[in-house]
Amino acid sequence: MEIPYTVQNRPDTGIYNAKLGVWLFLASEVMLFGGLFSAYVLLRVGAAPGDWPHGWLNVTLGTVNTLLLALSAITTLLAWAACKVRDFGKFKFFHACTILLALTFLGIKSYEYRDKLLHYEVQLTNGKFADGHFIAESKDFDLAKKTGTFTLHGHIVEDRQELMDLRSPEAQAAKHEVITIAATDIKKMGNYGPAHNTFTAIYFTLTGLHALHILGGTLVIFYFWGPGRRMWKTDPERFTNRIEVSGLFWHFVDLVWIFLFPVLYLT
Amino acid sequence: MIYMSESDKPVSLQNYIRLCAVVFLVIVCTTSAMIATSFSHLGEGWMLKVGIILAIAVVNAFLVAGYLMHLLTEKKLIYTVLGFTVFFFIGLMGLTVWATNGFPPGTVSH
Repeated sequence: MEIPYTVQNRPDTGIYNAKLGVWLFLASEVMLFGGLFSAYVLLRVGAAPGDWPHGWLNVTLGTVNTLLLALSAITTLLAWAACKVRDFGKFKFFHACTILLALTFLGIKSYEYRDKLLHYEVQLTNGKFADGHFIAESKDFDLAKKTGTFTLHGHIVEDRQELMDLRSPEAQAAKHEVITIAATDIKKMGNYGPAHNTFTAIYFTLTGLHALHILGGTLVIFYFWGPGRRMWKTDPERFTNRIEVSGLFWHFVDLVWIFLFPVLYLT
Repeated sequence: MIYMSESDKPVSLQNYIRLCAVVFLVIVCTTSAMIATSFSHLGEGWMLKVGIILAIAVVNAFLVAGYLMHLLTEKKLIYTVLGFTVFFFIGLMGLTVWATNGFPPGTVSH
């Protein structure tokens, strides 16, 4: 049985079915991310003055990722354009670029996650706070039994509020050193994972969902670059349309990041 | 020659590559402008900064949607779908902002 309107435009809609389908899917995606963005707005506006973290994310890495995604959006478009002019060699080249750029994006995102998961805030029994990156813990370290030691590279502050704005002159001037803390001196400790506070919770949720979209899109693009390219020989028009709709999804993922980057990294 | 989406205007691959290069350069410039705004001192409040940064982000989004997704030359049906999407998205965000300070009677704040 032949599937209708995979190449020809439907007379009533004026476009082929897959294109209408992907636009309807993207409309639902707007509402999915819109719900999470509205959650971000609620958390941000509801936070007490000084309670919302500032400068916790690496702007350089975020900028690199922004440019990588923008570049990948362009290579996706050029891959489709290469199909349109029947230049399969260029299509393969541009799609390979997209895959490499996407994997680099995911690699940088993973590095950022690792950095956050190894970043600890330790509340000390004397009321101060130690903040820094995990280096090591003694073999007998057990917070519940109060045995052993925990070592991190960071600094100690008097008030937790000092950790909220890492762009402040005080935070920039802080000297970081290796600190070893005995378990008996620790009241409470935790990393900068999703459970740390509302900022890290919404950060991991938004960027995690976005990263899943990147991963899914990369798999689809890889399929068309690899095993799915057989269709080029039998039905190049339909193959070109497939590249167009997968490209539309990829551009949407780029659009989401265009708002995620300033909202999370810059404001 | 290829045809940009639904437009009848033919475009060569070389012209297309040139257009993409221009779009990418503008995205680089707008991203730089966002970062510069973020690190600048525009008074005490953060609302002005956020407003400017998001306005620049909208320019970026227009470039991607308009040129890379061909929305500037799409069919009416796609605009209709997106019109509904924008309506519901504005409703979603609007209701959120509207409800921000709407606590039920007896709510205890910590």
